[in-house]
Amino acid sequence: MPERKGMRLLAHLALTACSIVFALPFIWVMVTSLKPVEQTMTLPPTWIPKTYYIQLSGKRLEVKKGIVTHEAGVIAVVKDGPKNGERIFIPNSQIKGGKALLQVQIADRIVEDYYPIDTEKEVQPGWVQVIEKLPTQYEKTEPYWTFVPPREITERVKFWFRNYLDVFVKIPFLNYAKNTLIVCILGVIGTTFTSALVAYGFARIRWPGRDFIFMLTLSSMMIPFSIVMVPLYGVFKAFGWIGTLQPLWFPYIFGAAFNIFLLKQFFITIPRDLTDAARVDGCNEFEIFWRMILPLSKPVLTVVALFHFLYAWNDFMGPLVFLTDKKTYTLSLGLQIFQSQHGGTEWHLLMAASAMVILPILVMFFFAQKTFIQGIALTGLKE
Amino acid sequence: MTKEEKRELVKGILFTSPWLVGFSIFVIYPILASFYYSFCNYSVLQPPRFIGLLNYKDLFTDPIFWKSLWNTGYFVIFMIPLGLVTSLSLAMLLNTKVRGMAFYRMIFFIPSLVPMVAGSILWMWIFNGEYGLFNNFLMRVGIPHPPNWLMDIRFAKPAIIIMSLWGLGNMIVIYLAGLQDVPVSLIEAADLDGANWFDKLWNITIPMISPVIYFNVIMAIIGSFQIFSQAYIMTGGGPQRSTTFYALYLYQTAFEDFRMGYASAMAWILFVIILILTLLITRVSKEKIYYGG
Repeated sequence: MPERKGMRLLAHLALTACSIVFALPFIWVMVTSLKPVEQTMTLPPTWIPKTYYIQLSGKRLEVKKGIVTHEAGVIAVVKDGPKNGERIFIPNSQIKGGKALLQVQIADRIVEDYYPIDTEKEVQPGWVQVIEKLPTQYEKTEPYWTFVPPREITERVKFWFRNYLDVFVKIPFLNYAKNTLIVCILGVIGTTFTSALVAYGFARIRWPGRDFIFMLTLSSMMIPFSIVMVPLYGVFKAFGWIGTLQPLWFPYIFGAAFNIFLLKQFFITIPRDLTDAARVDGCNEFEIFWRMILPLSKPVLTVVALFHFLYAWNDFMGPLVFLTDKKTYTLSLGLQIFQSQHGGTEWHLLMAASAMVILPILVMFFFAQKTFIQGIALTGLKE
Repeated sequence: MTKEEKRELVKGILFTSPWLVGFSIFVIYPILASFYYSFCNYSVLQPPRFIGLLNYKDLFTDPIFWKSLWNTGYFVIFMIPLGLVTSLSLAMLLNTKVRGMAFYRMIFFIPSLVPMVAGSILWMWIFNGEYGLFNNFLMRVGIPHPPNWLMDIRFAKPAIIIMSLWGLGNMIVIYLAGLQDVPVSLIEAADLDGANWFDKLWNITIPMISPVIYFNVIMAIIGSFQIFSQAYIMTGGGPQRSTTFYALYLYQTAFEDFRMGYASAMAWILFVIILILTLLITRVSKEKIYYGG
């Protein structure tokens, strides 16, 4: 079967290529979240966060790289004029007889003139500017800088875990996380229990009107959120709940159409003989539900709980519409607000914050992989 | 009604009562109210005032409404076939019983778990015109001047489609489950008859998983017509409204301009469009779907 072997190799290659494409964005988040800000914006992109050192009078100094000079010049201190005392780099072409040609502002005019300087160090073409890396980005002191030949710079791989700490300084991440967890946990407990109860009523009790109401329930899943969004806003406003977390979990403690559907599909597969026997033994309907059906349904209950957790954790539109108070923002909304205010510059912090929003979901996935995959497959296959 | 039947009715209603209450307050009432609002001038601050068909009339002459409809149509038209082909092909590759299938499946699935906000921020960074990974890759494979995706009216929508293809994992998992249910005996019989790869795909695999395809396409249509978060976060509807999708315009109308009646009318038009498409697809595919015995 050489042909089949070839096919398999091909499939492997294709799958490997595709999985790299699918995984790359994740790797990119992690890599970016562990970089200092200046390494986020480099061409070509930096894949391994690094840090650089130089030796300065016998001591090791952590630096970041700046420009590369193409001209020979000097680092010097200006001794006169408006820039008196400033330490600057001057190309040799702008130096004449120990004086440097400088642009200075006098009153409201920019003028060029020669000023005396004190040369500190001569710089050759190709040398790299290095700037002292201050312990945090909020430091007030001026960082030390100089030019050194590239070979004097030593580099070391360094992951900037402090970005993650900076996120907590920049946004009330813990508060957002707390809000999100409240919405998730109350919703999960409510919807899992109630949906199961309701599904039992649809699956194992025969009553007039049941099929009609179940059909209505199913059809309601097709209704776009846009339709109910406006009246729901009115309802919650009447309750005085706009700006609080209630709108995001309270409705679910009455059950949810999709969960009821999923649970009902499972409940009807449990043999009737089992429950009939219990009924003969004098169990009432609730006891049958509680003592027999629920314990048998652990896998599908887990699926419902997981899916709702995921839904509540990821939900963006609900919080966007109903949360108006910064104190009640969830992670999704908080992250979006942070993005709209700091986007475009602090990609390292944005990626660290994103990673922290994604990570709990991934951890959950790894612990409940089977349930996830089976649950997803279930939603598509059960008609 | 016998005593027994009455007891069952009471029990049934008792068990479903939480849902009957919740369904009425949080689903039925909002649907009815929304329908009424769509004929009203309503801003939340003041009670709704009936204005007949004026909202619908205004919509037909609202250029942004048409623009948003076009944007959404564009997204749906590309997303549905591309999504179908991508996810089905990947599922079929996974179904070749290669070693490490569970690992690959995990890699493909995980992106669909990523919260939309985090995913959108991540892709904004990837599509960044200057330092983005995507353009860096394009330049490396010989495209010297790749577009600034999210800032370019021609490329903002394609960018969002590319991003959406990344999050197809749950469809892949559903297809894979469907493929694994295709009886091996059928494929083997076809092998004996000398059927080639394409014959088997077209005459056995596709018909056997047609219910799954139907389900996924319907779900994808319902989802795609409601695309919102990506555009809200990544582009805010720009540049020049090129990513103002229907749901985004609806949200802006309702919660930024507070024209809730107008927004409700939009919502109903959206619902009717989705409903018609769903019915159409159901009709067309009715004879073609194979519900196995």
